Amino acid sequence: MSDNGCGFPAPGLHSFLFKPLFTVGGFEFNKVMLLALITSAVVVIFFSAAFGKAKVIPGKLQMVGEAGYDFVRRGIVYETLGKRDGEKYVPLMVSLFFFIWIANIWSVIPLAQFPVSSIIAYPAVLAAVVYLTWLPLTFKKHGFAGGFKNITGYDASLGAVLPLVVVIEFFSNVIVRPFTHAVRLFANMFAGHLLLVMFTVASWYLLNSWLIPGAAVSFVMTIVMVMFELFVQAVQAYVFVLLACSYVQGALAEHH
Amino acid sequence: MIANLVQLAAEEKQNPLVPPGPELLVGAIAFAIVFFFFWKKLLPNINKVLEERREAIEGGIEKAEAAQVEAQSVLEQYKAQLAEARHEAARLRQEAQEQGAALIAEMRAEGQRQREEIVAAGHAQIEADRKAAASALRQDVGHLATELAGKLVGESLEDHARQSRVIDRFLDELEEKAEATR
Repeated sequence: MSDNGCGFPAPGLHSFLFKPLFTVGGFEFNKVMLLALITSAVVVIFFSAAFGKAKVIPGKLQMVGEAGYDFVRRGIVYETLGKRDGEKYVPLMVSLFFFIWIANIWSVIPLAQFPVSSIIAYPAVLAAVVYLTWLPLTFKKHGFAGGFKNITGYDASLGAVLPLVVVIEFFSNVIVRPFTHAVRLFANMFAGHLLLVMFTVASWYLLNSWLIPGAAVSFVMTIVMVMFELFVQAVQAYVFVLLACSYVQGALAEHH
Repeated sequence: MIANLVQLAAEEKQNPLVPPGPELLVGAIAFAIVFFFFWKKLLPNINKVLEERREAIEGGIEKAEAAQVEAQSVLEQYKAQLAEARHEAARLRQEAQEQGAALIAEMRAEGQRQREEIVAAGHAQIEADRKAAASALRQDVGHLATELAGKLVGESLEDHARQSRVIDRFLDELEEKAEATR
């Protein structure tokens, strides 16, 4: 990508590689790792400030925290799992939502300007946590045979098609599901970051002589894309948690 | 061309869908931190407060409901008492009216009786006075007439006059004339 004729520094996979900030015993600590840890710090510090000394009559910060908490608890968990079954999974889903959201938001924060979730490892860890929550839960709830039937959508009335359905459902739910769960978040953030880099670099690169109008368009597009990315970041956090809830709900359901 | 191939080879090393190990570890740690704080500390904290708030609100509603029920019962009590008082007042007024009417009738009868007594006494008095006046007048007039006649005749006619009763007859005549002219 270094030399394609016109010298335009097009963004590519190299935009997602970082030189280590420092190395401790062969462990290379890079910018994204730092951002991931700052994400944890931001979420924990904000909610400690909001809920640490929670009062019955809330202050402003507590109100904001409660609004966010309520959005996930009522808006996502209770909606899909119900209050009785869902209560147990509220801490997980709240953690997932705010961790992912803040990890995504780094995309548009000056100096950071990189969404943590656009490195597949982070969505993969989160998807794995969800996978390891609902899969054992299925067998715990229904037993081994029942759990298997639950996952594969086993239904004797399907007759001859049944083996095919079982195979497809097993493949779809047990193997593809965690992959799509992680990749959905990863790919959105990856593409979003590429777009932002693309327009930012272009508005700088085009800034000479008769190309200046192109730079102006590119600059406007950068701003538009920042707005759009802010929206996508929140939506992807929401979708990830909503899917996690629906997987858990499927595991608890009597009939899949 | 060779440079391009080297470039491609370098890119093949970097597959964006293969998670690098160290990043997995850092991601797991970062998420574990968030989850641990939410699970152990922050959410129990806020849930307790939310529960307290819910109880406070529901307690307030229950208290308000109790107060309302009490107010309703007190109001009904008052209404009953008021109706009773009104009834009592009406009864008393009725009684007073009846008593008053009886009293007035009694007084009227008494007044009538007294008036009649006074009138009767007045009549009797007037009659007695008139009689006394008439007899006194008769005596005086007789006396004066006799005296006048005596003076005119120049002698006392008293005894004679008394015996002949001339004067009485004369006065009777006068009375009859008076009756006739009236």
